[in-house]
Formats: sequence, C-alpha cells, structure tokens
Amino acid sequence: MQAALVEQRRAGIIHDQILLLEHPHVITVGGSSHEEHVLADETTRRRLGIQLVDTGRGGDVTYHGPGQLIGYPILDLKPNRRDTYRYLRDLEETLIKALREFDLEGRREDGLTGVWVGGQKIAAIGVRVSSRWITSHGFALNVATDLSYFDTIVPCGLHDREVTSISECLGRRVEVAEAIAPVLLAVGEVFDREIHVV
Amino acid sequence: MNGVTGVARIEVPMPQMGESIAEGTVSKWLKQLGDTVARDEPILEISTDKVDAEIPAPQGGTLVEIAVQEGETVEVGTIVAYIDTEGGPAVAPAPAEASSTEVEASTDATVVEAAPGAEAPESEAPAHPTPPATPGSADERLRTRSTPVVRRIAQEHGIDIGGVPGSGHAGRVTKQDILAFIERGPSVPARPTAAAPPAATASVGDFWSTFYGEVQHPEFPVREGDTVETMDKIRRLTAEHMVVAKRLAPHVHSFIEIDFSRIDMIRAANKVRWAEQGARVSYTAFVAWACSRLLRRYPQINGTVSGNNLIYRNNVNLGMAVDLDPGLIVPVIHDADHLGLVGIGKKIIDLAERARSRRLSPDEIQGGTFSITNPGVLGTLVGMPIIPKGTAAILGMGSIEKRAVVIEDESTGTDMIAIRKRSYFSLAYDHRLVDGADAARFLAQLKEMLEEFSEDA
Repeated sequence: MQAALVEQRRAGIIHDQILLLEHPHVITVGGSSHEEHVLADETTRRRLGIQLVDTGRGGDVTYHGPGQLIGYPILDLKPNRRDTYRYLRDLEETLIKALREFDLEGRREDGLTGVWVGGQKIAAIGVRVSSRWITSHGFALNVATDLSYFDTIVPCGLHDREVTSISECLGRRVEVAEAIAPVLLAVGEVFDREIHVV
Repeated sequence: MNGVTGVARIEVPMPQMGESIAEGTVSKWLKQLGDTVARDEPILEISTDKVDAEIPAPQGGTLVEIAVQEGETVEVGTIVAYIDTEGGPAVAPAPAEASSTEVEASTDATVVEAAPGAEAPESEAPAHPTPPATPGSADERLRTRSTPVVRRIAQEHGIDIGGVPGSGHAGRVTKQDILAFIERGPSVPARPTAAAPPAATASVGDFWSTFYGEVQHPEFPVREGDTVETMDKIRRLTAEHMVVAKRLAPHVHSFIEIDFSRIDMIRAANKVRWAEQGARVSYTAFVAWACSRLLRRYPQINGTVSGNNLIYRNNVNLGMAVDLDPGLIVPVIHDADHLGLVGIGKKIIDLAERARSRRLSPDEIQGGTFSITNPGVLGTLVGMPIIPKGTAAILGMGSIEKRAVVIEDESTGTDMIAIRKRSYFSLAYDHRLVDGADAARFLAQLKEMLEEFSEDA
C-alpha cells in the first residue's frame, strides 16, 4: 500500500500523506540489517507470535507491535527539503514536540537516529526515499508497547541501550490513540503542512 | 544532457542525499548489466544511515557498466554505473563482477563534493504539482514546468499550466499533456493546491482501484493445533467485498421497532390459500414487498455514489441475503416492485433454494439496488449490516418475538399492557447520499406500511 501511495504521490495525484497505524508483533529487517541482531530463533518467534518481515526501509533490525504508534509519512521532499539528513532530524523534531505534550523531554543522541527519553530509546526511525524524493516508512513511537518484546532483538544495532515508552515514563497506561493528535499537530508544525484527517 | 544524438555514454554518480551526507552504500542493483532502462526508472538502491533510497536513471538506455557492487560504500559523486543512451545492445566492457557483497556499515565519513549527473535534472525542475504552502509565481511554474511550445499553446487557449497534470520529467507538462487537457474540454480552473483529483481522470481511476481494489488481509501467526485452510471462492470474494464496502461508504445505522401482530394475523388467515397457490409468504416477503413499493419514493436509498455523480436506479432490484451455512450469497429479485406479495414470496423461496443448491445464474446475483438481510430468523435481536458495494442501503431484520408493550385501548383511550409480536429493524445507509432524516422517514413509512398492512396487497 505504501508503494501505491508513493507512486500516486510521485504522479502528483495525491497530496502529502501520513499513515498512522499499529502493527501486530513483527520483527522487521531493513536493507542495512545485521541478521545476528535478531536474537529470537524461529521457535521463540513462533511461540511469541512474532513474524519476521524484510522491508525496504533504512536502518537495522527493529521490533514493532501493539502499543506502538507507527507513522509513515508519504511526502514529496521537493523542492526545498531534499536532504535525507534533514528529513531524519525533522522526524525527530516532530516526535520531540509530540512528547512535550506528555511533559516528556525527548532528546537526540549524537551520531544516532531516533529519540530518547532519559537515555532510553522511545522512538525509532527508518525511512525510504524513492526516486524523485518521495518518502515512505517513517517512525515508531513506543506509547504502550510491551517492552519485553525488545528482548528478542538488538534494536537498531544498539547493544547497550534500553528502550522505553510513554506509558513507562509516565507510570500510567497511555493509549496509542492519545498520541495521535500530538503527533499530527507536530507533523503539521515541523513540515509546515495543514493537517486534514481523512 | 539534452540534445544527445546517437549513442552517448552517461555517468550515474552516487547522488548527494543531503548536505552532510558524504557517502552511500549500494544496497541493491535493481537492474542488471545489459538491461534496458527507461529514464527515471529506479536502477539501484542505496542506503545511508537510516535511509534507503532509490536512484533513478538520468536517461533511458542500456546499463552497460556497473562500477560499484552491492555492499560497497562509496563517496558521493563516485560513478556507480554507465548507461548508453539509444538502447543499443550491451557491448559491455564487463567490469570485474566481483562478488564482494559483504555489507559494510556506513559509519566512517569522508567528505566529497557533490557531482551533477543523476541529480542534475532534478535540480533544474523543482516542484511538480503540489506542495501546499509554497505556491511560487505562475511565471516560475511556467518556466520550470514547460517548454516554449507548451507555453504558447497554453497562452493561446488561456490555460493556466499550473492546473495541467504533467506526465513529463519531474512533473513537467508536455505537449501531449496540454493537448489532452484541452481536448477534455472546459478546464476546471484547478489551482494546483486543490487539484488532486479533478483532471487526470484515468490515473485517478487507477489510484482508486489500487487503493480499494487490492484487498490485502494481514497475516497472523498460526499456533499449535490450529487448522489452516485456504479461503474458497465465495469466502474470498465476500471478504474482499466487505472490506471494500465498509471502507468506501460512511455507514450510519438507524433503528426502529415494528409491530408484526397484524401481519401475523394476515399470514395465519391466508396460509391455506397461499399454500394452494404453491406459495409460502414469509415475514421477509412482507418486508420485501413493502420496501419495493417504498423505494420508488426514496431514489437516493435506491441509488449509489459513483465518482462525483449520484446514480438513481430505474429499477427496484432487491438483494436478499441467503445463509449458505457456511457462506453468504445475495440473490436478487429483479423489478420487485412489479411483483405482488405472493409473487415475491414465491421468488424468495425459489432463489433461496437455488442459492443453497448452487444453481443460481450469474444475473440472479447481480444488479441489486437495495438489500435485505434477516439475521432475526436465527434469533438475533438486531444487526448492523454492511452496505453492499454499489448500493446505498441495506435493511436488517431482527427477530420477531412476543413482547409486552404498552398500547392504548382504542375504545376507552386507556393505556394497557399487551403481548405483541415485534421486531427491531436496522437500516444501514451510506451517508454520502442518504441523510439521517431520509432514513428516518423511510423507516417510519416502512413501519406504517407493515403495521397497517392492507389485506388486498
């Protein structure tokens, strides 16, 4: 579906979009993934109900599952945003702004991509830029993720970094739905787009 | 790079993906040596930190040399491939086809200047249609998105090129584009910001069919002891239909309670007579009869949304959901409004029987304009059905059961509790063309018709 939207966006038939969703338990591997970063063997994965999926996204191995707000912006970065480095930073900025709504201070880590709260990773980012600067894939923000599932992988190749979620940070359960509005508003601000929910 | 005559060899450099990005890793060759490539067709994928990107061919031609193998990391500007334009056969001086595909982490940075090549055409032509917040002057757009010929044609016809969908490179409006646009007739003064659907009819159609036509059911893990079977055709079509139908129409459901005491009486009184005519007139038949009469007065409920149009159907064709246990099929009573009550009763029995024995002809399951489903026969209180694709509404009948209700004694005007046969009905309607008040009026009239059923129907 993302591919179809990218195609349509490239042809100018649709406007910039962002898809927001939740995935079932899944471990995704990207183009630059290291297989040894998938720690759970097939039996364990089957027991936990985790699928292994190869995607066309940048970045190393990661886990997605219920409780995570996944955002896939389908944006045309032309004419004035043709810089993938900047795009990654903009996505981080978006999530940092959204986290502020929960009184959480998101930070970047030098030389890494993603957003951290208190030294623990709260959001992962991995994107794809198709020809003519149309983006797909995007970010995964841990809202109410069952963090134990991260034990099945080495997230994004970072061995010694722990993961966290909004719920974990606040000590109360925050539903994925609660994060949607803050994220959308932040996307609008950072990317200077008007948001229409369709 | 324009004005190439004959065969020319062009370079494909590792593009500059961002100001601070110095290198990239070739992650995958999408085209092989000797492949013909079209201009703008992705030929390889590269990855930089957290980003995978497709690199398009700057020109059409033949891929004659791959200079950087999968897994290798090179500086921005390094030539990764050569393309011979004019697409001659691959007389390739095949480079050492090293199989060094060990993936290197792309962390060490080395800085190199950007090279033109693959990127050049892009930078000449920034925006094609939209980015909302950055309009740019019309003049700018004219310059960047069209050739002098196109501009002249536009001027002659008083057309704003900004509103013409461009199929050329980077969204440029080609001569064909503008001629086709003129041919399509009175130009909608489509401002590019608002232009998404109007102009490019064909491709918009493609878009919708891609978006709604391809139903992909996500997969779930199988657990031990589970049984897995492939969906049979009816199941698969039903599944697809329901997903699309539910996605497309904004569903609203309204409910009403209908008293069947009078119909019950009529049925009891006529059962023998109907049996002599070889008919059985079910509750559903009464409801179908009433709907068929009523739908004439509610063209929108007997219609559908089609693109930007509303279609009001000339016929009243009632789809009657039949439980195949397992499975569901919806045979259609064509021109139900031309059939009498007994005729409809017969038809329902006939269709249901043939549906169960799989003897329906294709046209007997097509062309429905309104549907009725009756989960009530199995005891369901009331359902909230999905509106079949291409129609505007479906009526759900609930179970018809005896209830204690307050009624007014006609002779004395006093309230009393009576035992009546009643049922909850739901109408699911597509709010794109049917408003709540329409549905309410329809249901109220249906209730009236059924509760005061005239015996000579």
